[in-house]
Amino acid sequence: MNQTLVVIGNGMVGHRLVEILRESSWRIVVFGEESRPAYDRVALSSYVDSWSSADLELPALAGCELRLGEKVVSVDRERRVVVGASGVEVSYDALVLATGSVPFVPPVPGRDLPGCHVYRTIDDLDDIRATVEAATRPGRRSGMVLGGGLLGLEAANALRGMGVSPHVVELAPRLMPIQVDEGGAGLLKRLVEKLDLTVHTGTSASSIERDGQRLIAKLASGLELDLDVVVFSAGIRPRTDLDLGLELGPRGGYLVDAACRTADPHVFAIGECAAVEGVTYGLVAPGYSMAEVVADQISGGTKVFPGADVSTKLKLLGVDVASFGDAHAQTEGALEVVVNNAVAGTYSKLVVSDDARTLLGGVLVGDASSYLSLRPLVGKEVPAALLQPGGAVDVEMPADAQVCSCLAVTKQTITDAIVSGVACDVAELKACTKASTGCGSCVPMLKKLLTECGVEQSKALCEHFTYSRAELFEIIRATRVTTFSALVEKHGTGRGCDICKPAVASILASLGNGHILGAEQVSLQDTNDRFLANLQRNGTYSVVPRIPGGEITPEKLIVIGEVARDYGLYTKITGGQRIDLFGATVDQLPEIWRRLVDAGFESGHAYGKSLRTVKSCVGTTWCRYGVQDSVGLAIELELRYRGLRSPHKLKSAVSGCARECAEARSKDFGIIATENGWNLYVAGNGGFTPRHADLLVSDVDTEELIRVIDRFLMFYIRTADRLQRTAAWLEGLEGGLDHLREVVVEDKLGICADLEAAMAAHVSDYADEWRGVLEDPEKLARFTSFVNAPGTPDPTISFRAERGQRVPVSLGIPEVAR
Amino acid sequence: MTVVCDFEALRPEQGVAALLPDGSQVAVFLTADGTLHALDNVDPFSGAAVLARGIVGDRGGVPVVVSPVYKQAFELSTGKCLDEPSVSVAVHPVRVRDGVVELT
Repeated sequence: MNQTLVVIGNGMVGHRLVEILRESSWRIVVFGEESRPAYDRVALSSYVDSWSSADLELPALAGCELRLGEKVVSVDRERRVVVGASGVEVSYDALVLATGSVPFVPPVPGRDLPGCHVYRTIDDLDDIRATVEAATRPGRRSGMVLGGGLLGLEAANALRGMGVSPHVVELAPRLMPIQVDEGGAGLLKRLVEKLDLTVHTGTSASSIERDGQRLIAKLASGLELDLDVVVFSAGIRPRTDLDLGLELGPRGGYLVDAACRTADPHVFAIGECAAVEGVTYGLVAPGYSMAEVVADQISGGTKVFPGADVSTKLKLLGVDVASFGDAHAQTEGALEVVVNNAVAGTYSKLVVSDDARTLLGGVLVGDASSYLSLRPLVGKEVPAALLQPGGAVDVEMPADAQVCSCLAVTKQTITDAIVSGVACDVAELKACTKASTGCGSCVPMLKKLLTECGVEQSKALCEHFTYSRAELFEIIRATRVTTFSALVEKHGTGRGCDICKPAVASILASLGNGHILGAEQVSLQDTNDRFLANLQRNGTYSVVPRIPGGEITPEKLIVIGEVARDYGLYTKITGGQRIDLFGATVDQLPEIWRRLVDAGFESGHAYGKSLRTVKSCVGTTWCRYGVQDSVGLAIELELRYRGLRSPHKLKSAVSGCARECAEARSKDFGIIATENGWNLYVAGNGGFTPRHADLLVSDVDTEELIRVIDRFLMFYIRTADRLQRTAAWLEGLEGGLDHLREVVVEDKLGICADLEAAMAAHVSDYADEWRGVLEDPEKLARFTSFVNAPGTPDPTISFRAERGQRVPVSLGIPEVAR
Repeated sequence: MTVVCDFEALRPEQGVAALLPDGSQVAVFLTADGTLHALDNVDPFSGAAVLARGIVGDRGGVPVVVSPVYKQAFELSTGKCLDEPSVSVAVHPVRVRDGVVELT
């Protein structure tokens, strides 16, 4: 019979323990007090973006008994039995306490009033949201966050996401007193105050009172704040309300030894509820490390807690903050090297030993890009260049330096895996070394090590060009070459292929070179673009007229119905809110377009690597819940970007409120209405690897929204690989979302005017591609099945009836068994 | 002998389809260097008569057409499929006489 492990607590650390042991012989029973499965509490503030708890859920764990919504009421250590609130009793061979922590609420009079909340769980955020939405006073809502540490700033960010202007009240004389020193905190305060936050340091709330609709907070400094909501996030305390009669640590927490074992050899504690040799930790990485220790111990191993690296790097309210090692220079004789650039908005402090030879720690605010290089150097010799103002931080890392501090993976382990050929990319490195499977912040370092070890993936587009698509784009843009022949002659070899020709055709079209079937361009196009329709399995095509935003009049619907009826086309409603007409032969295409164009339709570009549709919900016009006109915006966007050729297809959607009926977050660019304007999400994807889009800008007006989308799309078009959707492009973009924001929102590269001009040129040059064929006899002549028998139908095409419509008769495929 | 079209009507690297008296179809291609090729129009991998609509280019210098359905490349001069050597399409003799392209 297998031994039983009972885990009390289903938070991130408890979840990690089960994950490690899932393939062991242990029978595992998990008690979770919350009714929902384990979720990523570190990312709690992002819940406000989508209000979807599914986004935060950790991977479900098969093979363990999960007792959700069941609080443990007692543990009988004599009998080794855990008793749940339902009366259920589970015997254990090993018991792990992973009860986490509870928020600390300072004893302020009025702290229990309605409208006062803590910030710890998804339910807490739902409660805060309910308070905010119930506030009926006119004007912008106002909130107070008690606590200006890491958690407090996260809570303030969540409040901003709900449209609340937060006051942050911190007892210490500066923000983030644990991680950041005075100089760094000064800059941090300046940067966050630009974001509609008001910071009050060196003071505390002395009382909170309700006054009708409002809450009035009095601060010790004498100031009175007029509020709609109050959030306590002044730290956490280990949660030990389940009394097992075990000793607690000096600052709370179940006291355990370095093996995470309590005085009872069958009972362990991990995560925030554990006091490892008396010390508690409020970060997830040490908790994961404790989970590793316990998993090893109960499997007969001897692993002990190695001590924790409490270094942190995070982005709070868009500001990079990092702190590592002895950040406060508490080592005797420690020296500080500070570079405080108030103009650039960056602060860096390095702490070194008294002989200036050993790096002890540091603080970075505003730009934490050097964190990944610096942190592994703690305790090691400082390269002299680092101590010069503006000195290079790109320094050689020693082999025994930890690259991944979550899972304690050294540079040596990683380079060994690369050099031996076991791993050739980041995904393989993750699989074989486990590096970057914790918080993931060391992915850029893995990429760098791959490059340093000489692993280079060829960027050549195909055998005819040694350049990447982005490089070809720049060559074509700079040299103004307008034909493939001229390009391949000068910059490539051979006559091209089905990879480079459509890619070059797309680039030429993105740069505006007339109709895509003009002159030599026609021979570059894939069949869909060449016939402005979508090839189906029997050699016929489907036709999709544009229906912007999915809005259509009855008259136009009737025209589509008549055309479909007259040509016997199979009709189907698409996922992009329009209608697909299947089964047209090459020679029928122009006739069908003529009927549609005469009725006011145009090409919907269902065939192109270009904008497909902008889906929409009905928005304020009809919907009781809508807060903006989503249909109007969707139509405006679809008409603006129609025909825009890009590295791959582009999909978009606009939702009129946070309920998100248009599914905008699965799109390349999706827009969700807010009370104050629009939130823009980018790089979402359905398809093979679904990805939720990331928030790029929030609460912008329509003009600013379109400006940012113009820049985003043009930047993507110029820099992405061939057939790379925005999701994969952003995943691979150096610097990721932050870099994207720097380029297209903050204009760090100074290219935004150029990107906007390129889009303006596209918009003014747009012309319907179907009409372009109908008006040009030479193009029209190509739409014939047989050059020697125009008008004769292709004898291989035949149809049968299915559910009242025509569908292809499957073709005999004589020679090849597919 | 089947007449395809005037030679002047062909464009380099843009295939055309011709119907033979027996109802079969041939795809005719003019490469950039001025050479004519003719292959069966039916793509053996899909059964659809579409090879004339494929992209014409080269693989390692060998002139090919790539099927628009599942993207296999066929050598223009031999009809051999370069992605699946056991598969090939028939090659047809093609010539220009008095400015007219003919399948013989």
